[in-house]
This record gives sequence, structure tokens and C-alpha cells, in this order.
Amino acid sequence: MEIIKKHAITSFSIFIALLWLTPLVWLITTALTKATFNMSFLPTTAFTLENIEYVWSTIPFGQYYLNTITLVIITFAIQFVTSTLAGFALAMYKFKGQALVIVIIFMQIIIPNDVLIIPNFMTLSELGLIDTKLGIMLPFLGSAMAVFLLRQSFKTVPRALAEVANIDGANLWQTIWRVYVPCAKAAYMSFAVISVSYHWNNYLWPLIVTNSITNRTLTVGLAYFAKSKEADMQWANVCAATLIIISPLLLAFFVLQKQFMNSFVSAGIKE
Amino acid sequence: MNTLQTTSGQRHRHWVPWLLLFPSLVIMLVFTVYPVVRSLFFSLTKYRLGMEAPEMIWFENYQRLMSSAIFHKVIANTIVFAMLTVLPSMAIGLALALMVNRKGRQVGFIRTSYFYPSVMPMIAIASVWLFIYMAQNGLFDQIMIALGLGSQNVLSNRNTVLPAMSVMYTWREAGYLMVFFLAGLQSINEEVLEAAMIDGATGIKSFRHIILPLLAPTTLFVSTIAFTNSFKLADHVIIMTEGAPNNASTLLLYYIYQQGFTNLNYGLSNTLTVIMLVLLLVFSLPRFFNQDRKIHYS
Repeated sequence: MEIIKKHAITSFSIFIALLWLTPLVWLITTALTKATFNMSFLPTTAFTLENIEYVWSTIPFGQYYLNTITLVIITFAIQFVTSTLAGFALAMYKFKGQALVIVIIFMQIIIPNDVLIIPNFMTLSELGLIDTKLGIMLPFLGSAMAVFLLRQSFKTVPRALAEVANIDGANLWQTIWRVYVPCAKAAYMSFAVISVSYHWNNYLWPLIVTNSITNRTLTVGLAYFAKSKEADMQWANVCAATLIIISPLLLAFFVLQKQFMNSFVSAGIKE
Repeated sequence: MNTLQTTSGQRHRHWVPWLLLFPSLVIMLVFTVYPVVRSLFFSLTKYRLGMEAPEMIWFENYQRLMSSAIFHKVIANTIVFAMLTVLPSMAIGLALALMVNRKGRQVGFIRTSYFYPSVMPMIAIASVWLFIYMAQNGLFDQIMIALGLGSQNVLSNRNTVLPAMSVMYTWREAGYLMVFFLAGLQSINEEVLEAAMIDGATGIKSFRHIILPLLAPTTLFVSTIAFTNSFKLADHVIIMTEGAPNNASTLLLYYIYQQGFTNLNYGLSNTLTVIMLVLLLVFSLPRFFNQDRKIHYS
């Protein structure tokens, strides 16, 4: 009886998994087969790379890729430094005004940048940063999530380690980077996964900030293309373009699925 | 000048933590605190494209919104969308977590299949589902036609556009919420469950009387994430409907975007931002009353 129940649950969970995969399977098969008029679940036409080639030559995806990769890497690199310092300060010191700092950081957790597009756009245009990569990145360079994550992690580092480094003559800066940072690898991995996924996929803010091909991200480029082609029902081409932009992150996820899911959990439960 | 003193007896170096916090704090002050203050101020002004300076009109924007049929619709849409997505995605997320909370060869594959929509950009998801929902030729309509129900064209009907979007979003969000429930389930002491089993608690009983109460902090926390996530959605509206038909699918963040960047009405869009902030604040409150959460996760 128990065994039957177990098998039933397994089968059902696999059935749901297949159901969940349907949109992705359809996306991939449509992108890689000759265009048809009717949408069918399983491909009815021959395999082709035509759609991929067509969209790759029609849209400046090379440029968009470069823009997104640049943004993602620089954003993470700067967050890495700013959040390490702030996380260390909150983990190691007790100081006047600390409660206020926590309140400010908490504010960012409750109020995601996504909803502040209007006032932040006003600030950005006053700074003369519209249609710049810096403008896209700037609001994200101080990350509450990363600060909390690192603070938590630094707190678990044994004091003895820092004391040894201190006896060896390391100053504060060296202690942070050589003792604390290597001890918090897991937290950095989580925060890297979250930061990269967020900025790879972010759409509304880059859409508002950019208005030229030189700064447009993959998501913004895809949306422009999709909206212009949907009316003609060029499914195959839109699917091909979508596949091009989601592939890197999706592949990384399929390889590192455990790391990804753990990262999302630890970033969610950050306070 | 040594670390030991700075980390344990910091009396003499008050400025060190501030120096370390400075870069993060500047960004947070300029792009999180200041914009809130700014929105509060501009929400009290008339400020549109072409005006040189904002003009103070106090609560006129709020009064206008209160009597605006479109605004009522937008708020209703936002709440209906939250209701149609939060509970279903939490329930499905919990069910998925219960199903995959075990070891086994296929478990990795199954979890991956549930979670992958969370690493896809919302606009990619919207593009795919737009085709699924497309009139006549879309997958959904073809199934409906095959079943003899005829073409539904769900995205063009004001009664079905939000439910259709909710199905798409629930599909995405359930796998995301699943990982939190999974973390919660894995923190439940196995001995507790085994003891319950010995006492004769079977499946449903142990779920209702043991698992569910122990998951309460997780559930409360997940509900705050689910609500705030559902409020800050606009991407799919831009791709799928642009608010059509007749604002039946306009959600609050999309409306903010539209008022700010299409109508270039900064005063009103800041008023809407303030309303969004109130909404987020109210639905984040449970987080403050849930301080013992850590126990259940560590």
C-alpha cells in the first residue's frame, strides 16, 4: 500500500514536471523548426536554424549581449565591494546610529527599486545619466540583500582567525579581504546568482533609462522585436529571439540547479 | 592601529564603520530614501511635461484619483490579480514542495522543472504565453476548439484577461515559492514526524496537525513575498496587452509607468507611486511581527 502510494506521488510529480516544461519545450521546438501558421504542441515541420540566423542578423544581438554582460559583471563587481564593506561594518561594530542604518537597509528590502521608477528617473535625468550604462546600474550598486547576507556570514567567522591575522601584522583592509571574504564564499555565491539573474532579466528600468542601441539590454531588445513581430504572428522568429536571450542563464541554472535554488532561498530570507 | 582594537574595542574609531558603510549608504539614500521623500512631495503637485516647475496643489491628485473610474479599476485589477495568484501559487508551491521533499533519482529533474520559470525574464515568459493565448491559432484556443468550445481569445475579453495572466504568473511563481516551503519542510525535525507516525498520525492528519503548524512562520513569510512580488509586476502587461481591453488588465505599476512615461504626468505618477508604497508597506507588516523566523530556517 505504501509503495503504491509512493509510486503514485512520483508519477504525479513527473506528470506535473512535464506540464511545467511545456512552454519551454514549445519555445525551443518552435524556434528550431520551420515556421507554421497554427501553434501545435509537437513540431510538425522540419528542423532548421533559419529562425535563429534570421533574428541574429536582423537584431543587433551581439551588441545587446555585450551590453547585458557588461552591466551584469560591473554591477556585481561594484556590489561585491560595497556590500562587503557594509556587511563587515554591521557584523563587527557597534556604533551610534546603527539602528538608523538598519532601517535604511530594511527600507530597500520592502521597497524594491522596481516601484520607484518615476522619482528615480527624475533623479537620473537631473544627473544627466539617461541613456547611459551607469544610469542603469547606479540604483543597484548598494544592495540591501547582499549586505544582510554578508553580515550574517561574517558574524560566523571565528574572531580567532582575525586575531591571528592581526598578530601577523595585517591591517583592517587586509583582514577583510584575506580573512573574512574567503570565509564567506557560500554567501558570495548566493548573492552572485541572485544579482546576475536579476540584472540579466530586468526589463522595466533599462527600458526607461535607455533609448539607443548602444545601451539597450537583451530584454529591452527582445521586447522591441517581439512587439514589432507579434502582429504578423512571426512566432518562430520571436521564439528564436527569446531562446537566444534566455539560454545562458537557463543553461547555467540546469547545470547548477541546487546552487540556484539555495541562493534564491537565502536571498529571500535575508533579514 | 591594529585590527584587534578596531574590531573589539572600537571606542576610539567611530568613523571606521561609517567609512565602510559609506558607498552602500549613499546609493541607498539617493535611490531608496530620497525617491520616497520625492514622491511624497511631487504627489502634492501638479507637474506635467511642459511645466517649468511643479505647482503645489496639495491633495488634489489624491482627490482626483479617488473619483477616477480608471484608478478604481486599476486598484481592483491589482487586488484581483494578487488574489488570483498569491493563494494558488502558495498552495501549488506547498504541494510541489511536499512532493519533492524526498531523495531520489528523478527529484533533481522534477525540482528543476518546477523552478526554471523563475530564472526566465518575465518578458520572455509573456512572449511565449502570448502565443499560447493567441486567438484561433494559439495552443489554448486550439484545445478549446478541439473540445468544441470555440475560440476563446482570452486576452481580448475583459472577463478573462486577468485570470489568463494569473495562470501564467502562478505557473511561474509556484516553483519559486516551492523552494521556500522546501527549506521550511527540511527544517522540521524528522523525529517529530516519526513520533507522530508511531502515534498513528497518517498522511493528511500529520500534515494538518504537525506539518502545517510548524510551517506557519514560513507560510507567513512566503505570503509577504508573494504579495509584494505580485504588486511589482508590469513587464508582462507591456508585452501582452498594454492594459487592453479598456484597462481591464492595467495593473498599478503599469499604470504608474503609463502616467509617467506615456502621459508624462509626473505629479500624478508620483501620487500613484505613494499609493504603491502604502500597499507594499501594509503587506510587508507581517515581516516585523515574525522575528522568530530564523529559528525555523537555520
